[in-house]
Amino acid sequence: MSSNAGTEPAVDRPYEIVIGLEVHVELTTESKIFCGCPTRFGAEPNSQVCPVCLGLPGALPVLNAFALEQAVRAALALGCRIQERARFDRKNYHYPDLVKGYQISQFDLPVGYDGFLEVGDPDNPRRIRIRRVHLEEDTGKSLHDQVPGASVVDYNRSGIPLLEIVSEPDLRSAEEARDYLAQLRQVMLYTGVSDARMEEGSLRVDCNVSVRPRGSETLGTVTEIKNLNSFRSVVRAIEYEARRQWEVLSAGGTLQRETRHWDERREVTRAARRKEEADDYRYFPEPDLLPVELAADWVESIRAALPELPGARRRRYVQALGLSPRDAETLVADPELARYFEELLAAGAGVRDAAAWVLTQVLGLLNAEGMTIAAFPVPPARLARLLALVDEGTISTTAAKEVFEEIVRTGAEPDAVVEARGLRQISDQAALEEIVDRVIAANPGPVADIRAGKGKALGFLVGQVMKETRGRANPQLVNSLLKERLGGG
Amino acid sequence: MTDAPLTELGVIELADAVRRGQRRAEDAVRAHLDRIAALDGHLRAFLATQPEAALARAREIDETVRRGADPGPLAGVPVAVKDNICMRGLPTTAASRFLADFEPPYDATVIERLHAAGAVILGKTNLDEFAMGSSTENSAFHPTVNPWGADRVPGGSSGGSAAAVAAGQAPAALGTDTGGSIRLPAAFCGVTGLKPTYGRVSRYGAIAFASSLDQIGPFARSAADAARLLAVLAGPDDRDGTAAPEPVPDYEAALTGDVQGLRIGVPAEYFAEGVAPEVERAVREAIDVLAAAGARVVPVSLPHTPYALPVYHLVATAEASSNLARFDGVRYGYRARGPVSGPDDLIARSRGEGLGPEVKLRIVLGTFALSAGRYDAYYGKALRVRRLIQEDFQRVFREVDLLAAPTAPTPAFRFGERSADPLAMYMSDVCTTGVNLAGLPAASIPCGWVEGLPVGLQLIGRPFDEATILRAADAYQRRTDHHLRRPALPAGAAAGGEAR
Repeated sequence: MSSNAGTEPAVDRPYEIVIGLEVHVELTTESKIFCGCPTRFGAEPNSQVCPVCLGLPGALPVLNAFALEQAVRAALALGCRIQERARFDRKNYHYPDLVKGYQISQFDLPVGYDGFLEVGDPDNPRRIRIRRVHLEEDTGKSLHDQVPGASVVDYNRSGIPLLEIVSEPDLRSAEEARDYLAQLRQVMLYTGVSDARMEEGSLRVDCNVSVRPRGSETLGTVTEIKNLNSFRSVVRAIEYEARRQWEVLSAGGTLQRETRHWDERREVTRAARRKEEADDYRYFPEPDLLPVELAADWVESIRAALPELPGARRRRYVQALGLSPRDAETLVADPELARYFEELLAAGAGVRDAAAWVLTQVLGLLNAEGMTIAAFPVPPARLARLLALVDEGTISTTAAKEVFEEIVRTGAEPDAVVEARGLRQISDQAALEEIVDRVIAANPGPVADIRAGKGKALGFLVGQVMKETRGRANPQLVNSLLKERLGGG
Repeated sequence: MTDAPLTELGVIELADAVRRGQRRAEDAVRAHLDRIAALDGHLRAFLATQPEAALARAREIDETVRRGADPGPLAGVPVAVKDNICMRGLPTTAASRFLADFEPPYDATVIERLHAAGAVILGKTNLDEFAMGSSTENSAFHPTVNPWGADRVPGGSSGGSAAAVAAGQAPAALGTDTGGSIRLPAAFCGVTGLKPTYGRVSRYGAIAFASSLDQIGPFARSAADAARLLAVLAGPDDRDGTAAPEPVPDYEAALTGDVQGLRIGVPAEYFAEGVAPEVERAVREAIDVLAAAGARVVPVSLPHTPYALPVYHLVATAEASSNLARFDGVRYGYRARGPVSGPDDLIARSRGEGLGPEVKLRIVLGTFALSAGRYDAYYGKALRVRRLIQEDFQRVFREVDLLAAPTAPTPAFRFGERSADPLAMYMSDVCTTGVNLAGLPAASIPCGWVEGLPVGLQLIGRPFDEATILRAADAYQRRTDHHLRRPALPAGAAAGGEAR
């Protein structure tokens, strides 16, 4: 099997991939879903546990109202309808990391249902339907390589609120799946519902993959690839699995409906150990939790307080602000970066300048320093002032870059840097005329060239004027003064 | 009354005497510990006691009184606690081998409330393993003897608590009632037992059997004492989402002795075949007492009653199959010894070795009822019929204030008499399970005798109307003396010097 499968262009394939994604997102809450334990990542193993999240005999769950609110917020942001009366159910199975022998989840009355996310070109998006969004508790984490000869379990994660977001099988390529996940992640970040950090496991993906001949409308046999934890793994696992399935079918074989694991190192999927019978989770209503009434006015108040969502923002940037789809995507992809851009606009910067500065100077610096926008030391208002200095003609673009470096480094105000370094542009015509005349007098050769129609020498003279003024001359003004005196242009 | 033997005092008498400084909590606790020591070799009501902790606590209460402060409405009252209610300081075993060494790191809400009210917990009482049974014979450790007959079971599953109160080992005890587990042993042991409305008392800390049915409730030797206990136990709890926010009324103030105009329904289905004629006679005589006191007796019908027992067994076993899944040998409790081939093997063997036969039977039944393709025919249908049973009660409670019926179809049976036949054993609960399915409050109080064994009158009320049950029970007890009779206990009892 070629490991280049991931790069094969979709259009060349004789088959179509059909993908549905089940995404688990850890909700951002101070405490766990059914007890008061903290949810901090990276704590000492088994240091954030109590009788409830350890499933001790007699302990009972009590729903964290904020987790429910976060779930409703996420469901609304994903265009879902909200259940009037949501209910929790027990999903029964045994595993050492599952403290009660059942997971409290939602079966037939999830918090949200019938939502969607748009992927692809903002001007002509594809709508991926979301079947359901439900709330559940996370399990502990089995660790097989910490203690020689034994498996141990860290229950800090047990009871962390999870949102499971289940799409319809509407995705048609690994790239589209990646796009869907990127959009989903952005929605989580914009709404503050989750920090969606895949590397910390706060966003985990199960992929349901099948293939069918191009043009076919029937669904093939689906396999589920469990617990992928990077966008790259998702793309490569889907590409691999689709190709594997197609090869089995092409060879006249049949596929098993099964769970498969992605082997990150070898980049192959493997069948999980097959059980004698299909999983039967024996779902039934959780008697320890009363059904939850999601009052319409409460739901509407959450909807009303939703921020502008990434899809809408991307559209606005392209359609109303005139940014390129690529620039819009770069800004929107990081909600903090987009917020910086918005604040820059609010502080009076022009769209074009603001976008150019954020995407080149600011982003360039962040990338070079390995910094996030949150750590960027220049507040938007200060950068807006710098842009205004350029816009007013007080300093040149070249000087602005110098000022930028200085305000990043020292936290000084742009005006102060301009004054201290004497960067104020000379736009005083009389003063410049004198310098221009001096440069003309001192450079007869180039002056003769210009007069002979060799336009290139004009640049040399401009450079000389700039040198005389230590870069402070207004270049437009210098240009027009030179042309006025030497003719041409 | 203040010079009566301490083990004969009721909850209110004792608490109020301690609060007034007339009796010392330490003496009361010591007297009960002595009586446990004297009798429990025979009765085996307790699985564990905590004499030092109890005496230390009692001294604190006496000190509080000396300082002029009020230790609370249960000042110095010794309480026995069913061993499926979690408490620090002693193991909480649920009478299961699986939890033989399990010491909870926390107290159940009811334990906290008892402590806050000045009660002193003596120890933990025997039960059917995980409260599954009607005779306490399913305890993994030992059976408990009915104080009224050495060859009789105390009823179950809270048999230890009922026997302890009947024998004067404690004036009060806690039980849990999922299908009759407070009322049946109360009837068999001749004491007052109250199963509160579902949600009236926090379940936090009670090891779950069937979560939608379980309730913690008190045993005492009078309805008035049960009222004092319920007032302490009842009320909302932010650790139990099913604990109801309804305000807790003043139950003792409701005990007016007056039942004039009270409408008491007598459901025909609770006197159907299977109910022993002597039991029916005693119960009807008790109803006559209330009628003579001015209550209006109304014949009523609860037509879905015959379905209560099968519906109960589907709902309870289904929930139990899930509730008991946590006993897997991974984090606490029994773990199979020797090498295991993996987690499934560890879990299967630990459960196989650590859980008893009745528990395994019910887990298997409940797993079946919930399994794919069978859910609708069993669990789903049971939920639908449960609703019909609830509606039966709602309908009759539009016409009556209270229902009166037998608690059990027979008095206490003999050891071994029903343990070979689960269905015969389950019939003990035929009069009690409907109440749990409907989430209603109900009490059992002694109302007569058959061959020296007590008979229980069951009083069933509207949701959150424990006050009316207690008022009627108290009115009955003011007019009769069945609740005052004490069992004659074997020689060892004389050592305590307080048995009659």
